[in-house]
Amino acid sequence: MIFQDKVDLIIVGAGPAGLAAAIAARESGVSSLLVLERENEPGGILRQCIHNGFGLHRFSEELTGPEYAWRDIVRARELDIPILCSTTVLSVSKDRKVSFVSKEAGFRSVQAGAVILAMGCRERPRGSLCTPGTRCAGIYSAGTAQRFVNLEGWMPGKRVVILGSGDIGLIMARRMKLQGAEVLACVEIMPYSSGLNRNIVQCLEDYRIPLYLEHTVTNIVGRDRLEKVTISRVDSNRRPIPGTEKDFDCDTLLLSCGLIPENELTRGIGVELSAATSGAVVTEKLETSVPGIFACGNVLHVHDLVDYVSEESFAAGHAAAAYLKAGAAAASAAPENRIHVTDGPGVRGTVPQLIDPDPEADIRLMFRPSGVFRNSTAVVKSGETILMKKKAMIFTPGEMVSLSLPAARLADVVNGSIELSIERN
Amino acid sequence: MEQMVTCICCPVGCRMTVTLNESGEFVSVTGNTCARGANYARQECTAPERMITAVIPVSGSPVPLSVKTEKPVPKALIFEIMKEIRALNVPLPVSIGQVVCPNVLNTGVNIIATRGLS
Repeated sequence: MIFQDKVDLIIVGAGPAGLAAAIAARESGVSSLLVLERENEPGGILRQCIHNGFGLHRFSEELTGPEYAWRDIVRARELDIPILCSTTVLSVSKDRKVSFVSKEAGFRSVQAGAVILAMGCRERPRGSLCTPGTRCAGIYSAGTAQRFVNLEGWMPGKRVVILGSGDIGLIMARRMKLQGAEVLACVEIMPYSSGLNRNIVQCLEDYRIPLYLEHTVTNIVGRDRLEKVTISRVDSNRRPIPGTEKDFDCDTLLLSCGLIPENELTRGIGVELSAATSGAVVTEKLETSVPGIFACGNVLHVHDLVDYVSEESFAAGHAAAAYLKAGAAAASAAPENRIHVTDGPGVRGTVPQLIDPDPEADIRLMFRPSGVFRNSTAVVKSGETILMKKKAMIFTPGEMVSLSLPAARLADVVNGSIELSIERN
Repeated sequence: MEQMVTCICCPVGCRMTVTLNESGEFVSVTGNTCARGANYARQECTAPERMITAVIPVSGSPVPLSVKTEKPVPKALIFEIMKEIRALNVPLPVSIGQVVCPNVLNTGVNIIATRGLS
């Protein structure tokens, strides 16, 4: 690969978000671009998600993770998109200078016309969960175990307990069982699982793995290797109830307790972040508070479906291409004229947070319900005016809600703000 | 005979009750809210099927090979098929989509590679 000091577009990450953004940018005419990837091959987390269920919306078929990634990798190759693997980005500056170290290129600092951040997310680690007990070996995040089994080819243990019933935990329960381990329990502190029904049925019930709702781990015992985990029932304030302890002799505890966008680089740039999403605050063009720097995929907000990551990232790629074509001078509306999007009752983490009052296309609004709402309506309001509504039999935190707000409806916005909420019918 | 089924077709997750006759044939379903749910309940109680995905070690490759059944297979055969998959010996190179085990256990379903390895 020949390296230049200047590139029109740099994309950080070659997972599903980075690949889709690169494909869209190239297809919109960006000739000089570079994708930087930390791992030794593109594909991101999909490489280790060997189960099926990806691509139903985008391709109308159910693919495994590696198969889904492969389609974008093939397209990127057809478009001659350079992907520099085994490369870690160290910093990005406000004026879009990207510094990285690479096996192939050593240390480099490259000036980009625009940057797309597509670093994905990482798992909530043990340290942030305040688990009690000893610090023995045998405790992994579910995604780490997934990497060991599916990419590195070794089993992390033989008798497994899983804390948290997110989809990765459920998927790993089945994987460990299929690859020969015993899975003793899946333990969830909430009264409901945050995983899909499909995964509860096909990963736990199919293998008779018990799901303990309203339970949590209250002791971890082991000198060198994990020997025993104690779980207890919790009360309505999620406090353990004494006398409800139950012990499991096990050598492995997997943690599946949520995902956090990986925004260390973003913070370093000085991009404004949202407390609700832990990702950047963006406009409908997925541009951050720093002009010419865009964000998409799980680094922006954690998605449920890769199909939506791809869709959002195609949009980011097109937007970055338009930004490069127009030049910074022709940027979108002055910041003070932008419409602010806020989270009302029942709504958390709406993206985008800012909208140009005169957008080129309809606005895709995405958010996560803050609880379970049956027979309810998602409402987009400005002042007392309802801009749009969407009814559903159920809204759950495990399923992101996506609304398409027609551009024409923005004419009715008052006071430069709109609010999303969920109202019971 | 009655059987309980949780629907997996959408997030509502209806709890359905399926009635079967003495020979295990489908009679009726209640508790569903749509036709997709009714179809799923019928299939699940009479001939449940699952996709199987797995990884197998490949001699000469540090990365294991991920594989899947090309189509869903009878749920009752999951562990027997896993045994067949584990016994596979696939030589390098492997290309994505390649059949690594034709007609596994006479189900009429092939096991195929879901990634390439060289």
